[in-house]
Amino acid sequence: MNAPYQHDRFTHALETLGAWVLALLWVAPLVYAFWTAFHPPEFSTRFTLSAPLTLQNFVNAWNAAPFARYFANTVALVTMVLAGQLVICTLAAYAFARFAFFGRDLMFLLVLVQLMIMPDVLIVENYRTMNELGILDSIAAIGLPYMASAFGIFLLRQTFKTIPRELDEAARVEGAGALQVLWKVYVPLARPTYLAYALVSVSYHWNNFLWPIIVTNSVNSRPLTVGLQIFSSTDQGIDWSIITAATLMTSGPLLLAFLLFQRQFVQSFMRAGIR
Amino acid sequence: MNRLSVHIHGWLLLLPAAVLLALFTHYPAAATLYHSFFSNARKGHPSAWVGLDNYRVMMDDPVFWQSLANNLWFALGTIPLSIALAILMAVWVNGRIRGKTLLRIAFFTPTVLPMIAVANIWLFFYTPQYGLLEQLTGLLGLPSHNWLGSRDTALACLIVVTIWKEAGFFMIFYLAALQSMAPNLAEAAAIEGASRWYFFRRVTFPLLMPTTLFVLVNAVINSFRLVDHIVVMTRGGPDNATSLLLYYIYDVGFKFWDLAYASALTMALLVILGLLAFGQYLFLEKRTHYQ
Repeated sequence: MNAPYQHDRFTHALETLGAWVLALLWVAPLVYAFWTAFHPPEFSTRFTLSAPLTLQNFVNAWNAAPFARYFANTVALVTMVLAGQLVICTLAAYAFARFAFFGRDLMFLLVLVQLMIMPDVLIVENYRTMNELGILDSIAAIGLPYMASAFGIFLLRQTFKTIPRELDEAARVEGAGALQVLWKVYVPLARPTYLAYALVSVSYHWNNFLWPIIVTNSVNSRPLTVGLQIFSSTDQGIDWSIITAATLMTSGPLLLAFLLFQRQFVQSFMRAGIR
Repeated sequence: MNRLSVHIHGWLLLLPAAVLLALFTHYPAAATLYHSFFSNARKGHPSAWVGLDNYRVMMDDPVFWQSLANNLWFALGTIPLSIALAILMAVWVNGRIRGKTLLRIAFFTPTVLPMIAVANIWLFFYTPQYGLLEQLTGLLGLPSHNWLGSRDTALACLIVVTIWKEAGFFMIFYLAALQSMAPNLAEAAAIEGASRWYFFRRVTFPLLMPTTLFVLVNAVINSFRLVDHIVVMTRGGPDNATSLLLYYIYDVGFKFWDLAYASALTMALLVILGLLAFGQYLFLEKRTHYQ
C-alpha cells in the first residue's frame, strides 16, 4: 500500500534496519533458550563460540518426568476437542445458516455470549460441575467446556452463508436429506475455514494451562503445559539448562509445525480473526 | 421441506451445541451468582445462605482492590503498546522490506508457543544474579536489581512478556486489513504531495479503525483472561503486586479452597466482561448508523 512512498532511499534503509532490529529482539528470547538447552549447564549464561553442543539436557529432562505420558495426554486432548468441535459446530452452524427455526435469533445471541464469557473465566463453577459429574482428573473434563465453541459456530455459519442456495436446492431435488446436503455440499466447500479453525483450535488447546491445572490431579490426565509447570517448579530446583530443554521440548512440535507451514498458520489466524 | 420440519431439523442440529453451551457457559454463569450468596460447606456444616456476606468481604478485601487496580494497569500497559507495535510490524511486513517472510515468522512465532513455556524462558531472563538481564545491566555498570522480586518492577516485567507474546498476533489482523486496502489511495495521495506520515495519519489509520476496534476488544478480554505467566513467574507476588483478578480467583478458589468467595470474585469479573460486551454493542450500533 505504501509503494508510491518507497523512493526515499535513506528512509527505506532506516526502516529496514528498524524492522530487522525489532525482529531480532523478538526472536532473542528463543535464541537464548536454544543456546541454554543445547549447551552444558556451565555455559547457560556464558556465550563463547567454543562451548560444546550437547543433547544431554534433553535426555535428563525426558528421564526426570513422564513427558511421554504428557505428550500422549496432550495429543489425545487436542484430538478429542477438535473432533468434538468440528462435529458440534458444523451441525449448529448449518442450523443457523440455513434453517429459519423458531427462536433462531435468540439462540444465536445465547451462543455469542460465550465469546465474551469464555470457559477460561468460569473455572470455579465448571470445577463444581466436573466434580458432580465425577470426571475430575480426566482428559474429557479438560475438553468438555470447549466443545461447543461459539467461535467455531460463528466462523462456520459465516462460511455456510456464502455458499449459494442453488447448490443446496440442486442436491435436494436429487433427493438428498438435510445431513447429506451438509456432508456433500457445505462441508467440502468450507474446507479452508475448517483448516483455519483446526489450526487455531489445536494451538489454543496445546497451549491451554489454567483450566487443565485446576481440573487435573495426576500423571494420567495432565497435559504437557501442566506437566512442564510441575516439572519446572518442583522437581528441578533451578537447573535452567534442563528446564529450558523441557520447555523447548513441549513447544517443539507446535514450533516445528509452525515453521514448516507458517504461511498456512498466518493465513488461518487471519481468516479466523476476520469477522 | 414443510414448515414444521424446518423447525425440527433446526433444533435437532443445534441440540448438541445448545446442551453443552447451557451446561458449561450459561448454567455456570447463573450458578456463580447463586453460589456467591452461600457459605462454604465445612466439616459438619453444610453450606448456608449468607446473603451479601461474600460481597461485603470483597468490598473490604484490599487484595481484591489491588488485583483490580493491577488489572487496570496491566491493560493500560499492554494494550496501547502492543497495538502500536502490531501496526508498525504490519506496515513493515506489508511493505517492500527485504526478507519479509522471515520478519513475519519472527514477529508471529511467540503467538504459537505456549504462554507457560515462554514464561519459563522469560523467568530465566529475569533471574537475579545470573539471568541475562542482570548480566546486561551488570555490563553497563548498573546496580543489581531483583526484577521480578521487587514491587516496583514485577508488573512491568509481566507487561513486557505479554506485549512480546501478543503484538505479533495482532499484527496478523492489521496485515489482513492493509492487504485489502486499495493501492490507488496511496498513489493519489503521493501525487497530491501528501507526506507519508500525513497519509498514514489521515487515511490508513482511520481505515484501520474497525480492525483496531476488533483488536482492542480482544486485547481487553485477554488482559482479563490470560494469567498463565503469573502462575509461572510471580504467583501474584511480591506482596500481591502482580495479582490480576483471574489469578486471584484461582488463588482463592483452588489454593485456599474458598469457593464461595471465589464465586463472588468471579461475579465481579463477569460484570466487567458484561459491561465490556455492552459497551462494544453500543459502539457498534452507533457506527452502523452513520455508515
